[in-house]
Amino acid sequence: MSDLREGESGILDRIDLPQEEVHRLMELGFVPGLAVSAAHSAPGGDPRVYRVDGSEFAMRRAMARHVLLRP
Amino acid sequence: MISARTRLIAIVGPPNSGKSTLFNRLTGLRQKVANYPGVTVEQHTGSARLDDGSAVTLVDLPGVYSLNARSEDERVTRDALEGTLSGTPRPDAVLLILDSTNLQRHLLLAAPILALELPTLVVLNMADDLAGRGGEVDTRALAAQLGAPVALVSAARGQGIDEVRRFLAAPPAPRPKPIELPVLHDIPHCRAWSAQVGSESRYRAPAPPVWTQRLDSVFLHPVAGPAIFGLVVLLVFQAIFSFAQPLMEGSQELVLEFGRAVSAVLPEGPVRSFMIEGVWSGVGSVVVFLPQILLLFLFIGILEDSGYLARAALIADRTMAKIGLQGKSFIPLLSAYACAVPAIMSTRTIENKRDRIATILIAPFMTCSARLPVYTLIIAAFIPNRPVLGAFLGTQAAAMLSLYLIGFLMAVATARLLKSSILKSHGTPFLLEMPPYRWPTFRSLGLRLLDRAKVFLRRAGTVILGTVILLWVLCSVPLERTPEGALTAPPIENSIAGTIGRTIEPLIAPLGFNWKIGIGLLTSLAAREVIVGTLGTIYGMEGEADNLDLQGKLREDLTFGGAVALLVFFAFAMQCMSTLAVVRRETGGWKWPGAQFLFMTAVAYVSAFIAFRIAG
Repeated sequence: MSDLREGESGILDRIDLPQEEVHRLMELGFVPGLAVSAAHSAPGGDPRVYRVDGSEFAMRRAMARHVLLRP
Repeated sequence: MISARTRLIAIVGPPNSGKSTLFNRLTGLRQKVANYPGVTVEQHTGSARLDDGSAVTLVDLPGVYSLNARSEDERVTRDALEGTLSGTPRPDAVLLILDSTNLQRHLLLAAPILALELPTLVVLNMADDLAGRGGEVDTRALAAQLGAPVALVSAARGQGIDEVRRFLAAPPAPRPKPIELPVLHDIPHCRAWSAQVGSESRYRAPAPPVWTQRLDSVFLHPVAGPAIFGLVVLLVFQAIFSFAQPLMEGSQELVLEFGRAVSAVLPEGPVRSFMIEGVWSGVGSVVVFLPQILLLFLFIGILEDSGYLARAALIADRTMAKIGLQGKSFIPLLSAYACAVPAIMSTRTIENKRDRIATILIAPFMTCSARLPVYTLIIAAFIPNRPVLGAFLGTQAAAMLSLYLIGFLMAVATARLLKSSILKSHGTPFLLEMPPYRWPTFRSLGLRLLDRAKVFLRRAGTVILGTVILLWVLCSVPLERTPEGALTAPPIENSIAGTIGRTIEPLIAPLGFNWKIGIGLLTSLAAREVIVGTLGTIYGMEGEADNLDLQGKLREDLTFGGAVALLVFFAFAMQCMSTLAVVRRETGGWKWPGAQFLFMTAVAYVSAFIAFRIAG
């Protein structure tokens, strides 16, 4: 997901993080099968805002790297 | 109907669903804030009066996405709903509040709440937003799907609230056979369920919030964003000092006028001396600062309610990362400019324990509103006001700004020190919801200010009044005999307070302080602003009764260098019982608050010493 540039979108495939983190992200809307898109970012491009399931969340690149999209 | 106690209704919902707005709408001024026993979660309760004249008690539970009890907030919410929380009975009914513009995601919380089988009203909030952006939902179909009544409301505008009140008056019993709910721990399954429920209730999601996207392209613009961020901070500070001036002069007049009126009624003697010179000049000189403190809370309230604060945290994240912290620390640290106590409580949103403790430890370096009375008094007494940057910034505001800056820089230095040594951590997650921009409502801002005013006045009435009374007594004994044989208060330097002050004088003389300032430093251990009341009392006892000309008196006692040293001392010292108490509660022992107190006092002493050498 960290490769998405502003305005691009993709379908969420899986999250490659410890179970605890996966659970928390899913509660926020990062559920496999849903569409995510990249929005604005802080100056410098990190962290970035991602739009998923009707909400927006800011996340650092280091975490977004572990959210994998469908090829 | 006669009931043994008023019924208890819990308000539950995800963060940013408008829970508190609904709570404020229903309870208005009849609410109070306390802490749940044993935990640090604030408990907001209030009473709502219904049309038939009866009342119900409402409790606003912490915002949660689920009841999995991974965070303290989630645990409190779950335990409160299950009735296993000590001190609070199980609620009789639940108001489940969900954001209608984001229904399918918010419906995830409906499954665990409905599984509790309490009478529940599903309140779909932000109805105006939903309609305005072309979304819709069939509330009857949704009610049939969920097996619970559904109300479409706008808590901010008051639309649909009557329906909520009708539910509060007579909550219908839950359906005996609850509808089929998904397996709660399987989130993808729950999400599929909520999508199904949404489509069965003909839910059409609204168009994305155009205004939020437009505003974000400005506020999160690579260049304009940080510039606006800086401007907002500067504007807030300058406005506090220029707008607050007439208000403070007005309240000072009121305080003086009241003092004169009381002193005209009371007969001459120790009682009058106690009331006017002891109590009133002490408490009065602190109460004068109420308008300024409220103005600061007003600005922070506007930033928070409008949604800008989350963007500020996003912009700040990179910078915060450089000192080892994260964007989420920014919100507590900004709130600490108002007061460290709520700021330290708001660090609960930081999941990483080490980041959280680091934030707690540096928060009191931020210039809280209790320092304002001290800064304002000393700056006004020692620094003449001249323009620096044209009409925009005067010398006094510049001095104030530098004090804010040194507090901030010391916080940064301390954070770096902590995060590179005892509180080192790796790969801090940063995850923050960006709520849509909203107009702050007068109602919620007003209630927030009222709450803060109550806290401030309660402090003036307890901690400050108590210290001031004790001080007055210490200043008045031992009584001396006049040549005519009557008992009278001693000259202040011979009183117990004077003796204590003169005993510690050698310790503080290197900082340019005399024994009177020394007494002020001791009493300000209770709370920073108490020094103003203390000096008010000391000078009041020395001179004419209703004289509150602290500035003139201070100029006789402090050199310019000593004044600078005093400002620097207050910028860094840990002089606040309430903060130490809350740090102890949040960190679970005296280890952190003890270390914090010693460290801050040492830093304050050394810095004040250096400042006195340079400026004096």
